[in-house]
Amino acid sequence: MTLENEKEISLFAARVRLAGLRMVYKAASGHIGGSLSSTDILSVLYVNHMNVRTDDPTWADRDRFVLSKGHCTPALYPTLSYKGFFPEEELSNFRSIEHHMSGHAEMHYVKGVDMSTGSLGQGISAAVGMAVAGKLDGKSYRVYCLLGDGEIEEGQVWEACMSASKYDLDNLCLIVDVNGLQIDGRTEDVMPSEPLDLKFKAFGFNVLKIDGHDLSQIDRAFQKASSVKGVPTVILAKTVKGKGVSFMENDAAWHGKAPDEEKFAIAEKELLDKIDELEGR
Amino acid sequence: MGDIATRKAYGDALCKLAEQYPELIVLDADLSGATMTKDFSKAYPDRFLNMGIAECNMTGVAAGLAACGKMPFINSFAMFSAGRAYEQVRNSICYPHLNVKVIGSHGGLSVGEDGATHQCIEDFSLMRTIPGMTVLCPCDAFEMEKAVKALLDFEGPAYMRLGRLAVETVTDKIDSYKFELGKGVTLKDGNDVAIIAVGMMVQMALKAHEILKEQGISARVIDMHTIKPLDREIVLKAARETGAIVTTEEHNILGGLGSAVCEAVCEECPVPVLRHGVNDAFGRSGKAQLVLKAYDLTPEKIAEYAKKAAALKK
Repeated sequence: MTLENEKEISLFAARVRLAGLRMVYKAASGHIGGSLSSTDILSVLYVNHMNVRTDDPTWADRDRFVLSKGHCTPALYPTLSYKGFFPEEELSNFRSIEHHMSGHAEMHYVKGVDMSTGSLGQGISAAVGMAVAGKLDGKSYRVYCLLGDGEIEEGQVWEACMSASKYDLDNLCLIVDVNGLQIDGRTEDVMPSEPLDLKFKAFGFNVLKIDGHDLSQIDRAFQKASSVKGVPTVILAKTVKGKGVSFMENDAAWHGKAPDEEKFAIAEKELLDKIDELEGR
Repeated sequence: MGDIATRKAYGDALCKLAEQYPELIVLDADLSGATMTKDFSKAYPDRFLNMGIAECNMTGVAAGLAACGKMPFINSFAMFSAGRAYEQVRNSICYPHLNVKVIGSHGGLSVGEDGATHQCIEDFSLMRTIPGMTVLCPCDAFEMEKAVKALLDFEGPAYMRLGRLAVETVTDKIDSYKFELGKGVTLKDGNDVAIIAVGMMVQMALKAHEILKEQGISARVIDMHTIKPLDREIVLKAARETGAIVTTEEHNILGGLGSAVCEAVCEECPVPVLRHGVNDAFGRSGKAQLVLKAYDLTPEKIAEYAKKAAALKK
């Protein structure tokens, strides 16, 4: 990853974080914690890897992305907007009855969304179906799917992993946002799921473990995933829930809560400062 | 045509229509011998996915396939495709309105010996209440073949129940018979009472018609293969012309055909409606015919309900 590319993605991610925060504040609801933890992953994916056409969102040969942790739209929607699928102003429609920008990912109304998700554990199965369709049609597109480390407590996730392995889906790349927290607290307390690497290995996956906020590590992991043949890949990305807003970091309370005016002002300033820093102001 | 199970007719229709519909993909959850997708799996191995005993994942995989332009038919027992994977059908298929056909084989009590855990009597109700879902249950082999073709030509989610037992083919003997999704078929004319039936209760309703005829009662028999969208026109016409209705289904009397007919009749032409079906109870093991009898799913009982309904007329 060149310095220039790293800077581009850092800035992209900083803008996504700011937009996500503003969306949640304006809607007075939404899932900011897990959106902030997955923002760097989404930014690297969309800036460097996703082969899509923003002027033709349903292009048949495009790469697909499924947000299996469907609540993290405050990260996905700004990512899609800054990628060029729709104007930034539309982000202010988030969760509003006046518009169709649903709290959870919505494929028919938000350009660039490939699958409607929200009920945990289901997006991964759709991603498997898309990857199978790609194999059946002899197409070279790739399918990416982002899961939460709380989400993988759903049994369907492991049903899907078995089927991904059965059908040799090397065109499928899962990313688990391992932020260690879920609504009720630490995942290790709510329902221990480690060792994740051994579990995915046992299910036939190529397993990559990375720091989910190190842009070049994320980038390299996506490159490696594309070069592996015969098996699906999972990237276990260690992340910080609430990343980028000091008081939200590593606090499960910010899973699905909007900040009040005072907290919003602090968070917005931190994110604006970050953008200024990256822009060298 | 002789006695053929609708599941058999379904499996045959898939094979027959496969060439004509190259995007058709069949998925099963380790029950292909029972759901009758086995022949398809042998004839078209590249278009058949055995997803193992994992119905929830199968449902989601079908959603992904449909999102890429495929026409998946997913197969399991009604208990699992409509029951276990209910929420996946709702959220992964129906909410995004994807072109997936959910097939529930072995519906109702006529599963027989396997008992209550496998005798799904709630599938119509579960599937009917999902917005945008189409729900059907053809009564015989002749109707089933037409239903499969209609589903292949229909873009959107649908649920179809199949039966385990071999049943008499009756619709091929009706000269005016025409299959159309969402349209009931009048199999017998009559003006004293109307019997609206679905699935294998259609054959029993025809027998009830004969019993009633001997007693001087003229019973109309309507084959309501599509429960949703309900053919309100044929229901209301029956209400107006006969003044009394009996519904009959191999399903809980709550939430299925009976409820759907009551909803239409109450709103537009209130007349007595008696719901014949499984009286809000779980099934149990036994030879299918004996289980049906134990739960009063017989032509005699339908005739009895018809007489009661007719007597309630003002």
